[in-house]
Amino acid sequence: MSEEKLVGIVLVSHSAEVAASVAALAKGLAGGAEAVPVAPAGGTEGGGLGTSAELIAAAAATADRGAGVAVLTDLGSAVLTVKALLAEGDELPENTRLVDAPFLEGAVAAVVTAAAGADLDGVEAAAKEAYDYRKV
Amino acid sequence: MLDADFFRRWMTATAASVDREADRLTALDSAIGDADHGSNMQRGFAAVRTTLADEAPDTPGAVLMLSGRQLISTVGGASGPLYGTLLRRTGKALGEAAEVGEEQLAEALRAGVQGVMKLGGAALGDKTMVDALLPAVEALGSGFGAAREAAEKGAKDTVPLLARKGRASYLGERSIGHQDPGATSSALLIAALAETAEG
Repeated sequence: MSEEKLVGIVLVSHSAEVAASVAALAKGLAGGAEAVPVAPAGGTEGGGLGTSAELIAAAAATADRGAGVAVLTDLGSAVLTVKALLAEGDELPENTRLVDAPFLEGAVAAVVTAAAGADLDGVEAAAKEAYDYRKV
Repeated sequence: MLDADFFRRWMTATAASVDREADRLTALDSAIGDADHGSNMQRGFAAVRTTLADEAPDTPGAVLMLSGRQLISTVGGASGPLYGTLLRRTGKALGEAAEVGEEQLAEALRAGVQGVMKLGGAALGDKTMVDALLPAVEALGSGFGAAREAAEKGAKDTVPLLARKGRASYLGERSIGHQDPGATSSALLIAALAETAEG
């Protein structure tokens, strides 16, 4: 077990089930991912479909180990809410970054890379690269 | 000059207007969106009304900053961060003055609308709230009534437009022929401003 602090990953989806399942899948597919702090922030506080600023801020605080936090989102209000929170300045831990990546593929790449001890730039680059893996 | 009480009354008038028009906003949103704009805006502005009563911020800038923060927390849809950013950027631009002039408000609102455009990446004509807000800000120099008319016209003029941002953009050509819900609620916000100014 390394002493190194790992980058945290926050997964923001309109659905609590989607966020939690993608977190479980990404951790399941990445070897040695148990140590990576992955926090889902899905749906509204009432359990409906939507985005909750409170749940995002709580997830980011949970995932923060001092090495930065990479936030991946699905679409629409999830993207806009994270951007608005980042613009606020004091709502999310220092060194929190919205990563432009496909939600599922990016999450897997981010968790694998974070598990290997990469820094926030490395995690971001890996998640972004997921856009380049064409399927046909 | 416009003081904190004026801005509180503007926010309260917006809350009342959103309450009255919630069904219409949701009906517009069910045509080209996910049918939650009315209830989202109602929940957000109800929270704004409560927090302004509880915390009684004492400058125009503080009223708008607090209101915007509340919208980001409570709306749960894209209109939360968008309206939240509009009010917070506007509030920030007003600074800490106890009273502001109409010209200062017009300038601050312009900064707010620019914040919305940057956040959502929308330009004029994309069938979004920008189509009501930008003309309103341009017209504000000629008075609050002119701003209201410009916002209402801007909202109506979204009917023939093709949506290029937000959920409605997935509909492509099928978004044509419907008035944009966000532009409609933006016109309510500006109408509430004019109503507050007219007393």
